[in-house]
Amino acid sequence: MCETCGCTITPGNKHLVSATGTLRHTADGKATVDVLTGLLHENNHQAAHNRDHFDRHDVLAINLMSSPGSGKTSLLEATIRAISPGLRIAVIEGDLETENDAERIRAEGVPAVQITTGQACHLDAHMVHDALHELKLDDLDILFIENVGNLVCPASFDLGHHVNVALLSVTEGDDKPAKYPVLFRTADLVLLSKCDLLDVLDDFDPTAAVQHVRSLGNGADVLPLSARRADTLRPWLTWLESTLAAMRAGEKLRPRMQTASLALHGTEATA
Amino acid sequence: MHELAVCQEMLSLVSRIAAERGATRIDRIVVIIGPLSGVEIPLLQRAFSVARAGTPAANAALEPEICGVRVRCRKCGATSGASVSNLTCGRCGNWRVDVQQGDEMLLKTVELSGMADGAGQQAVATQSPTVH
Repeated sequence: MCETCGCTITPGNKHLVSATGTLRHTADGKATVDVLTGLLHENNHQAAHNRDHFDRHDVLAINLMSSPGSGKTSLLEATIRAISPGLRIAVIEGDLETENDAERIRAEGVPAVQITTGQACHLDAHMVHDALHELKLDDLDILFIENVGNLVCPASFDLGHHVNVALLSVTEGDDKPAKYPVLFRTADLVLLSKCDLLDVLDDFDPTAAVQHVRSLGNGADVLPLSARRADTLRPWLTWLESTLAAMRAGEKLRPRMQTASLALHGTEATA
Repeated sequence: MHELAVCQEMLSLVSRIAAERGATRIDRIVVIIGPLSGVEIPLLQRAFSVARAGTPAANAALEPEICGVRVRCRKCGATSGASVSNLTCGRCGNWRVDVQQGDEMLLKTVELSGMADGAGQQAVATQSPTVH
């Protein structure tokens, strides 16, 4: 179960973990239960269920995260137009309100499910599970889950996806990863979007952006691209195709944060 | 403000633990929160004061234990303290590190009361493991 629950037991705290959990009694008759489980236990349980669905249907699930307005939907439109026609795509769109983004995706001829979260600032595994009921996973190769535009909250909630992709538009500043480290630390791939604007911006240094990602201990590839220039999309499309191919070849894909957690649990299990 | 969502999940979890142990009240909840978890403790406390109403934890205290960030360098092997926005090795500066501590978002202990006599001991014997 540790493999998929995404809990964060590390060498620094694993001495606290007991194999069974314990219950102690205090003098006044109260009981203290030692638990040590992830606070997001229910979400993580649902996420594991979602991931199991994706694995069984051989669908690559990608969690797309960024601040609002960095071009997630535009990138998806451009990706749908440019990607190999043989690849079948669907999109789950997360926004506080409106069907606008799902309609943009449907206009490209691709199934899209809109989740409107009301005032919730992130998607969670339960919302994604409900949305999955509206999609035929057997008919898909890649599912993009466009998270709510927010560089804080989405980082804490596992959706059951395989990889995290973070967008950083060049109008936002190359130090965004340092300002929002929790989210950029989780990224398996960082896309520098709106790179067609670099010609007119003198304050965004792609090399500095990469350095800020590395400072978070994250070796993720950082790919510059522009949704308005199809020729810039090739490395991103290659990454998608090779990631899908790796999954289809039997590689067990998990977000990098979970792989780290699993490695620690493996150590734990043999101790 | 995802701390409210975190709080609601936590309350659901502790309420289930209390029910499994036959307790009617939760008096104290201890959580371990690391700076890399994305949870802000003052916001968690504020969310808890709202979310706990109507649950067995309605009068419970929430006690967060904060831990620092520590990383282990894959190159030189040193273990050092780090900051949230700079996780590089404190000795050699290498960015290839493994986080050893600092991303915790864990429920550590729950203090229960309102249990029938002996119910607690019985729960120990019958409870399946709750560590994940």
